[in-house]
Amino acid sequence: MQIDLRILRYDPERDAKPHWESYGLEADPKTDRVLDLLHRVKHDHDGSLTFRRSCGHGICGSDALLINGRNRLACKERIEKLGRRISVAPLPGLPVVKDLVVDMDGFFDSYRRVMPFLVNDGPVPERERRQSPEDRARYDDTTKCILCAACTSSCPSFWAKEAYVGPAAIVNAHRFIFDSRDEAADERLEILAGDDGVWRCRTIFNCTDACPRGIHITQAILEVSSAIVERRT
Amino acid sequence: MMVRYRGGEGMLAWAFHRISGVAIFAFLVLHVIDIFLVGAAPDVYNTLLTFYATPVGIVMEWLLGAAVLYHGLNGLRIVVMDFWPPLTRYHRQLWYLVWLLFLLIGIPVTTVIFGAFVRSLGL
Repeated sequence: MQIDLRILRYDPERDAKPHWESYGLEADPKTDRVLDLLHRVKHDHDGSLTFRRSCGHGICGSDALLINGRNRLACKERIEKLGRRISVAPLPGLPVVKDLVVDMDGFFDSYRRVMPFLVNDGPVPERERRQSPEDRARYDDTTKCILCAACTSSCPSFWAKEAYVGPAAIVNAHRFIFDSRDEAADERLEILAGDDGVWRCRTIFNCTDACPRGIHITQAILEVSSAIVERRT
Repeated sequence: MMVRYRGGEGMLAWAFHRISGVAIFAFLVLHVIDIFLVGAAPDVYNTLLTFYATPVGIVMEWLLGAAVLYHGLNGLRIVVMDFWPPLTRYHRQLWYLVWLLFLLIGIPVTTVIFGAFVRSLGL
């Protein structure tokens, strides 16, 4: 099948602003994914095309892109679903470094702000810290995050204010707030109760729709909001 | 960005919520002004009331009713999800319910508003 692939290109050393470039490519709709097309452009048409990718199997979270107007992982998005005209652009709302590569520093700063690690100052046990299956199930959904930034960069609240910690940071806070072994829930809730925390969520659901791991992100955000309210009452 | 991103029902629900919210706020400003005119300039107030009774005024009133109805119903949808976060998994169905209620309430109200107008014309 012949594909008309449009890519939003930008070279900071040459271009004043990003521009679209088209590539005519042959693709197998049954097996090819958007990442295959990007490789074909880079290998056969223009070696300067710049994009991130690592595992190519939807686990590392490197190749989240704006594909046909929605944030998706290039390695998971099948050509069959997209049709003959495909547009690929960098993740919205993040500064573009070159072509499809965006600056993720702000995204990871927000992630670090919520202390995404286990905090427990009790005596270190000889063996693992045990947990019941029920307690483990409480935060199972939010353990799936691969930090691809598809959610945060699809959020209109984040586009409006970059300081908003964003859905990904809240998901990763949720993963520890509801972990029975963790002791820093109050500190995380304090951070997320601030100006740039959960109250910026407008339940728009772009994050939930964009998540390549199918995490119920809006639900996680609202559970954190509820925890903040319950802690205060 | 807002136009370029192809969000789903959730983004549309939010966009309509914002637009209707701004429209309601604009009406409130107008309403404060027209009530102020009762004391400040009764003649202008009377002229304004005559305008409200014209076809254009009635269509504006009808649009205001639609904005209030959508904003209220979708607001309840958001409140319900705030109180019971697992319901976010059914946010699309809840939005369709909003539109169903919107039509169930909106259609009779429309017939009342425009029916009264048509009768006032003596047709």
